[in-house]
Amino acid sequence: MSPHTDILKTLNPKVSDRDVEISFTGVSKTWGENHVLRGLDFDVRAGEKVSIIGPSGSGKTTILRILMTLETPDVGVVTVGGDVLWDAKPGVKNKETKQTIATRRKVGMVFQQFNLFPHMTVLENVIEAPIHVLGISKADAMERAVDLLELVGLQEHMKHTPPELSGGQQQRVAIARALAMRPQVMLFDEPTSALDPELIGEVLNVIRRLATTTNMTMLMVTHEMRFAQEISDRVVMFDKGVVVEQGPPEQLFKNPQQERTQRFLKAVNPY
Amino acid sequence: MTIWDTNFAISIIPILLEGFWLTIQITFFSFLISLVVGLLVAIIRFLKIPVVSLIFDFYVSFLRGTPLLVQAYVAYFVLPQIGLTFDALPTGIVVLGLNYSAYTAEVYRAGIEQLPKGQWEASRALSLPPMRTWVRIVVPQAVRPIIPVLGNYLIMMFKDSAILSSITIIELMGTALQIGSNFYRYLEPITIAGLLYLIISFPCSLLIRRLEQRFVPTH
Ligand SMILES: Nc1ncnc2c1ncn2[C@@H]1O[C@H](COP(=O)(O)OP(=O)(O)OP(=O)(O)O)[C@@H](O)[C@H]1O
Ligand SMILES: [Mg+2]
Repeated sequence: MSPHTDILKTLNPKVSDRDVEISFTGVSKTWGENHVLRGLDFDVRAGEKVSIIGPSGSGKTTILRILMTLETPDVGVVTVGGDVLWDAKPGVKNKETKQTIATRRKVGMVFQQFNLFPHMTVLENVIEAPIHVLGISKADAMERAVDLLELVGLQEHMKHTPPELSGGQQQRVAIARALAMRPQVMLFDEPTSALDPELIGEVLNVIRRLATTTNMTMLMVTHEMRFAQEISDRVVMFDKGVVVEQGPPEQLFKNPQQERTQRFLKAVNPY
Repeated sequence: MTIWDTNFAISIIPILLEGFWLTIQITFFSFLISLVVGLLVAIIRFLKIPVVSLIFDFYVSFLRGTPLLVQAYVAYFVLPQIGLTFDALPTGIVVLGLNYSAYTAEVYRAGIEQLPKGQWEASRALSLPPMRTWVRIVVPQAVRPIIPVLGNYLIMMFKDSAILSSITIIELMGTALQIGSNFYRYLEPITIAGLLYLIISFPCSLLIRRLEQRFVPTH
């Protein structure tokens, strides 16, 4: 039995009323003349691991940011775990509600640039939100943080600050920090694209571990096609704010049906 | 009558030191006010609350756009005419502190604006409440790079506190002026007062130059 089995088990959300975990219905987002999302309909099942691929500027990050409530949709309904996150009506300024704030807690996000708090130690980064948002005691938060840091292989660096760590280590801390909030949905926005090539593997290993041993719902934007193929239940090809094509990774990568997908895959991997 | 009377100079040192001590106390409390009020003003302006933020924009423009001496006169000589009378010392401390809050507010603003967007987004993604985000994430990171600038304002404030002698506060400058008018000798008290200001401000500015090299932003 692996030493991390216990902490991994605590990451499993309760599977009640979690059939459809994430749903986008008719979601649009526009910046000026730039229609980033155009009436997007998109569902993710509870526990499903979904990778989003697509060309730059196609709206992949925007989808994650709407789920993390870092952007507000112009129109459309977004639900997480059966609760409404956004219910945006056309023609009015849509603001977050109490419901939005409550539902957001089910979601955790790992950013391309890590976004750790550089003036706090690794341990402080991980315990901050559990103590001040979940109301956990400091002792309990620390105990769990230590377990999570051990899971991502950084227990020795607890007392360091993020600027003292490599990019790969920082991103693993960021993953532990997000996990500490017990999210049932984890979002990853190109988690390795800011890393030196030799540091990518250590981060992917942690994500793979989470994907294969927990039943968290995971939504990942990535350019690592091989990794997406390996860990995803489903891959979604995205372009110009709409889903072009989706399916199991073998099918989408080996036998893409849409011309747009074929062109994109050829462009990212010409051999 | 000699130009410089050393015996006279020595005899007035104890009383000048008393004024000097008051100057230091005034500077301390005024600086505290400017740090706290300046931060609050900066945050309110940053939040862009309708009307309220506009009022504080005006607050900053007004305090920066009029001389400290005028502000001190208004607070001490004009306000009593509309029924608001305060003692000179607290009035002086508050006027000096509020005057400088307009400057520290701008400095804090720069500190807050240099914070990468990702820090706000991470706080939001972790659902940290706004208050906690300000106290634990934003302010500590905003303050660090501006410590040297705040230090410079502390020195300027220390020297500007001399203006408060004009509203009857007998701090260092006030003491020197009083000695001058009592004995008809200005050279010794003013010279010693000047030296006392220098004794503090010169080493402090050297210290701040050191700090400037240390407090580079961590991003
Ligand atoms: N805050 C913003 N203001 C204006 N335009 C924006 C903003 N955020 C995103 N956009 C635009 O929206 C479009 C979609 O952006 P998004 O970041 O979702 O794309 P992406 O698919 O993640 O691209 P990439 O692969 O380059 O990360 C882009 O054209 C981008 O310029
Ligand atoms: Mg992106």
